[in-house]
Amino acid sequence: MITRFLWQGMDRNLRLFVLLVLAVGIALPVLNQLMPPGSPFHVPAWLLQLIGKYLSFALLALAVDLVWGFCGILSLGHGAFFALGGYCMGMYLMRQIGSRGVYGNPILPDFMVFLNYKELPWFWYGFDNFGFAMLMAILVPSVLAFALGWFAFRSRVTGVYLSIITQAMTFALMLAFFRNDMGLGGNNGMTDFKEILGFSVQADSTRAVLCFASAFMLALGLVVSAAIVGSRFGKALTAVRDAESRMRFLGYRVEGYKLFVFVFSAAMAGVAGALYVPQVGIINPSEFSPANSIEAVLWVAVGGRGTLIGPVIGAFIVNFGKTWLTGALPEVWLFALGALFIVVTLLLPKGVVGLWGQLKARSQAKKARAPA
Amino acid sequence: MSPKHILAVLLSVLASAALAGAALAADLAGLVANLTTGGFGEREAAITALAASGEQRAAPILDALAAGQLYVRKSDNLVLIGKPDGNQLSLTEAISGKAAGSGTEAELDRVRVNNRLRGVIEAAVGSLTLMSPNTKVRRDAAEALFKRRDASSLAALDAALAVEKDPRIKRAMSEARAASVLASDAPTAQKLDAIALVRERADRDSLGVLEATANSATDPEVKAAATAGASAVRQTLAAWEAAQNVWYGISLGSVLLLAAIGLAITFGTMGVINMAHGEMVMLGAYTTFVVQEIIRTSAPHLFDASLLIALPLAFVVAGGIGILIERGIIRFLYGRPLDTLLATWGLSLVLQQAVRSIFGSSNREVGAPSWMSGAFQLGQINVTYGRLWIVVFSLIVFATLILVLRKTPLGLYMRAVTQNRPMASAMGIRTPRVDALTFGLGSGIAGLAGVALSQIDNVSPNLGQGYIIDSFMVVVFGGVGNLFGTLIGALTLGVVNKFLEPYAGAVLGKILVLVFIILFIQRRPRGLFALKGRSVE
Repeated sequence: MITRFLWQGMDRNLRLFVLLVLAVGIALPVLNQLMPPGSPFHVPAWLLQLIGKYLSFALLALAVDLVWGFCGILSLGHGAFFALGGYCMGMYLMRQIGSRGVYGNPILPDFMVFLNYKELPWFWYGFDNFGFAMLMAILVPSVLAFALGWFAFRSRVTGVYLSIITQAMTFALMLAFFRNDMGLGGNNGMTDFKEILGFSVQADSTRAVLCFASAFMLALGLVVSAAIVGSRFGKALTAVRDAESRMRFLGYRVEGYKLFVFVFSAAMAGVAGALYVPQVGIINPSEFSPANSIEAVLWVAVGGRGTLIGPVIGAFIVNFGKTWLTGALPEVWLFALGALFIVVTLLLPKGVVGLWGQLKARSQAKKARAPA
Repeated sequence: MSPKHILAVLLSVLASAALAGAALAADLAGLVANLTTGGFGEREAAITALAASGEQRAAPILDALAAGQLYVRKSDNLVLIGKPDGNQLSLTEAISGKAAGSGTEAELDRVRVNNRLRGVIEAAVGSLTLMSPNTKVRRDAAEALFKRRDASSLAALDAALAVEKDPRIKRAMSEARAASVLASDAPTAQKLDAIALVRERADRDSLGVLEATANSATDPEVKAAATAGASAVRQTLAAWEAAQNVWYGISLGSVLLLAAIGLAITFGTMGVINMAHGEMVMLGAYTTFVVQEIIRTSAPHLFDASLLIALPLAFVVAGGIGILIERGIIRFLYGRPLDTLLATWGLSLVLQQAVRSIFGSSNREVGAPSWMSGAFQLGQINVTYGRLWIVVFSLIVFATLILVLRKTPLGLYMRAVTQNRPMASAMGIRTPRVDALTFGLGSGIAGLAGVALSQIDNVSPNLGQGYIIDSFMVVVFGGVGNLFGTLIGALTLGVVNKFLEPYAGAVLGKILVLVFIILFIQRRPRGLFALKGRSVE
């Protein structure tokens, strides 16, 4: 019944899009596993890994869009929530290495042995359990978002002030995670993962499952976001974006709306981070860098803010461009990225999705004029 | 007196000095010869005699003796100093200091010393240098004796004090004497005087002397006085340390002020979020680099003026690019602050990559002119000239900016447009032009900051990134649209940062400051000095 309710909350385009995401998430792993390596239909493992990475980025973009596109909160710190989720997954994967590390310590990860830790720090307890780690990947970003949002929205910190605060937050976290005595791997972060839930991280079959999991979580994220956005609550959210003071005068508790969507979005970013880490095999403090967060905002802007399909498309376009340019013309990549920021904000405020709508409107206008 | 006369007088003085030197040399030879003969007892007497002679050239000989490097050549009984040089010893004549070839240990007799003699020698060398005609050597000797606090140097210090004329050295000597008294078994009254004297000195070394005395003294009165003195000195030291921290904080604050003050204009008065502000700072630093490169290759004598030449150029370069940015991008985005933020961020990436492509990604060397290098002591605060000039420079920039805003037509227009754009426009002010100039002014000041920061930071394409968040914090903390708020905000944050550092470490201190500002903005969303009334909207 719930699925049916969720399904009806979406318009036709979105339904097709969710099905497309799921189809990609199923087809690619299946083609990888069933087709023999020589066949033209065989999907190589690197492509699976790449698409899986893009899918987790798309989930992050969706999270950013939910707060920015629908509620007008430009968060420049969503990379921090993403990285925190990633760190939770990283801690689980570190514990799974067990005695196969370089130093062979059954409990302590290698970097702790190296830094002369005598016993596991308290916050590492429980992370050998997958369920607990995944719970934390959702809870830790949510709690941080709740604390920040609680203070910020109540004292009516809005607009660019909020943006700068979130940026300072991720900057502070980056500095903190770079410290060796945080007990989280310092500037090297965590890597050399061996297995997840008993399956080797390097194996093709694990990659296939992870790629599917990313697609599934993205589809789920789209469906739930659509339900939120389409509900009465979502309408109020959009109204807060467009006229916050008016909503307040009408008697809505604006802080509550903002806080809920901010926390939900942070949890989504945390899940994205947890999916990202096993696929790339490393998590380090540079994930907290403010540049990463603002890049995620660009994905949304390129795809089209205020739509649910836009951020997914934007994340794929920009990241595909990044993968291609950093390989082919590394010098040009930052020029292209910078130019993209400028072009999108100046010329394409509604993104690629909006461009399509603009073109359609123009051609219709032409048609309407033609007979006359 | 004509130059000829002066020359004649000088020559005669030199001649008489040489004669006196010859007479002394004969004396010295006898004394040194005594060193090498007889048993340890006679040797001690010879050392004391050498010390009493006050002959400066005896000091290296005594040093060599203590180090076991004084030899007598078997063939001609000449006293030599031998420094190890591979398997051989390179020799110099002890008295004349002339090189005497090399030799092996077999050809020489080492003049032997024991530990007791080494102590005697140290004291003798100390007292010899106390008599040196060179003031710096005398002063260093007194300082060394103060740190050594050895009762045996008392006699030498007394002798030196009797003839010393320079009051500062005299002071150093009496302090050294006091330290020696505390190490000796002098009567209580003398020790109490000594403690009072050492206590007045109030630095780290005197704290060491007093603590040692407090630990070792048997006399309860002396012990109490030393303990009290030590804690008083500790308090003074803590005060000096705090003062030093304040200075470091002001120095950091002035850097923040320089970086933030341009932002205070663009963000504070225009409401434009310029994420490329840090890159304007970077462009200023690279302008300095280019100016210095040109000066190095074509006019090296101008090097000391390189920064002064770079200042106007950096202002023009950064200001010009700022105006281009305003005309090309920002003016289309007024009223859309979040989009401005994204576009200027993109611009900052482009500028960084452009500089990286032109100058390379490695750090560039920007030299310091002679008037900016070096340091001086103010009490116990160490002040480097470079930092001092940056503090002065930031205050000059600040004052100039205030004057521009208050006393020039441009400043008047800027304030008018900030306060009420339609009204200003109706009064005939060309608001787009004022916007462009305001943005250019803010960017140009960032360029000036770049010239100063090239002196203390690495000049690399990433230079600006490090400042952008800090600068925003300063502006927001101080209160948007309020230049004095920016000044207070920058200095406060600088000092707070430096006071947190010793307790929390540099990185954690920075994190704490960021957290503090985040909490502060929650309490006072409009900053420390919020604008009141109509101009807020």
